Amino acid sequence: MPSERRRIWISRIMLALCGLAAGLSAAILVVLLLYVLVKGIAYVNLEFLTALPRPLGEPGGGMANAFVGSAVMVGLATLWATLLAVGAGIYLAEYGGERTVAVVRLVADVLSGLPSIVIGVFAYTLLVKPLGTFSAVAGAFALGLIMLPIVARTTEESLRLVPHELREAALALGIPRWRATLSVLLPTARAGILTGVMLAVARIAGETAPLLFTALGNRFWPNGLLSPTAALTLNIYQYAISPYDQWHQQAWAAAFFLLLFVLVLNIVARLVAARAMPR
Amino acid sequence: MAASDYPAQVATAAAPARLRAGPRLLDGDRLFHALVGLLAASIVAFAALLAVYLVKDALPAFERFGAAFLWQQTWNPVTLQFGALPAIYGTAVTSLLAMLLAVPVGVGAAIYLAEFAPPWVERPLSFLIELLAAIPSVVIGLWGLFVLVPALRPIEQWLGQRLGWLPLFSGPPIGIGVFAAGLVLAIMVLPILTAIVREVLWAVPTHQREAAYALGATPWEMVTTAVLPYGRSGIVGAVILALGRALGETLAVTMVIGNAYRIDPSLFAQATTLASKIASEFREADSAVFLAALIYLALVLFAITLVVNVVARLLVLRLSVRAIGHGQQGGG
Repeated sequence: MPSERRRIWISRIMLALCGLAAGLSAAILVVLLLYVLVKGIAYVNLEFLTALPRPLGEPGGGMANAFVGSAVMVGLATLWATLLAVGAGIYLAEYGGERTVAVVRLVADVLSGLPSIVIGVFAYTLLVKPLGTFSAVAGAFALGLIMLPIVARTTEESLRLVPHELREAALALGIPRWRATLSVLLPTARAGILTGVMLAVARIAGETAPLLFTALGNRFWPNGLLSPTAALTLNIYQYAISPYDQWHQQAWAAAFFLLLFVLVLNIVARLVAARAMPR
Repeated sequence: MAASDYPAQVATAAAPARLRAGPRLLDGDRLFHALVGLLAASIVAFAALLAVYLVKDALPAFERFGAAFLWQQTWNPVTLQFGALPAIYGTAVTSLLAMLLAVPVGVGAAIYLAEFAPPWVERPLSFLIELLAAIPSVVIGLWGLFVLVPALRPIEQWLGQRLGWLPLFSGPPIGIGVFAAGLVLAIMVLPILTAIVREVLWAVPTHQREAAYALGATPWEMVTTAVLPYGRSGIVGAVILALGRALGETLAVTMVIGNAYRIDPSLFAQATTLASKIASEFREADSAVFLAALIYLALVLFAITLVVNVVARLLVLRLSVRAIGHGQQGGG
């Protein structure tokens, strides 16, 4: 049996190590964040936001097409995935039987755990090959498929937090159940659902792997939704692994905007969530 | 959404009639139930479709190479010889390395946050660690390529000079390679690991801790004898969940691993993973067999992560059921 003094010292040392681990984790974030933001903002200028990429060797040029491409694909993905996911979440929380809910929930959890590159390959086989072209539509499909299970599950969780009395009160007014769900339960769970959607948007905005062989990337403006489309994340990847300094700088600038967008969305989402749970 | 207004009137008007005549065809509730049921089923349908399409498109490679694909080592698009072993090896080694680095730090951080940190420390620290999870893979890859890799180079050279006779530290110490990939992966799984383990520890009832203290345990002994054993299955679940994330992580790894298709015992060697092989060659696949071989790789990755995820979910699920039961006990 070790002496009491020794046990106390072991305890102190281990606790200090645990505290150090927590501090280290947070420090990694701060270092990473500051580095990317400070390095990135140095290469940001108006032309970067408004111009198309220039041919190699010509200084200047920007990524306007990539900003638009990312916004269009993330927007389309959010649209279709949220519509489906909120409905699915309503089913999981309000209508489904115990066993079907368990199955759908497990499938949703597994789907959200799949590597995004596998989702990208799937979107390629399902849409790109039959359509014969890389496209924003295929990119939006892949991004939405990543979003779908996340939003479905957060919708379910948010609806489950709505007190049961509210359902009874709504039904007691004589409105049908579907109306009670849409007009009473959904608005009550709104903040939770919104938080889930925002976090999911932040997640897919940073995804690259599912776009590699669906949207493909493009140096010019796309020729409609059914043609290869540029995206910020794709550009960061391609520019970073290129051997050109000028492209490296643009990769940092693009990373600055991507990171800013993702961080702001995360912080706003948390504020919404915090405001929704004062009780 | 005209459809949702129309059945409203019908349903309200028909309510008394329904009592007499039984459910009608145009019943708002039944329609809505069917609609949301369909939407929920679409999730299952997408998942099934995904499996079917991957298998269908991997078929040409499967017919040609069969299961031997899994242990063949060549990858030659010219002679159309393909095998997955180096990619499987690279995936396993980088993920293992990431877990070795991340698990002690993540669990330690979670212990501190859940058990000992005062609220004014716990909240901002947890917030920062959760933000780390939000940083896109490609941004971490960019940072890894231009900051981490140059920083690793002198360390690897130093180790190579002194311990180069060990196979583990042999090989070209250029920074890019298995070690950099493992480090980047560790950074990426750390926040999920910390967040889930923290939740698991929070679910441990207070009387467990009080009992350990009452028996004279020091704070650390309280953690190892009361808290960790109670949360064990949840912690294992969290580790496996993080492993699943590491196995499929693509961009950050692709950018720092060097993409060499070989099996080398060295930590500094350039290698590849399933995900990074797909990412870097899919667009260049110029023949049907080449493309099918890459989809076969995706199928292998899909199967591995599927198993890992289902196991992890079952472990975490069991925990949450138990935690809820005990939570009620503690409250009553």
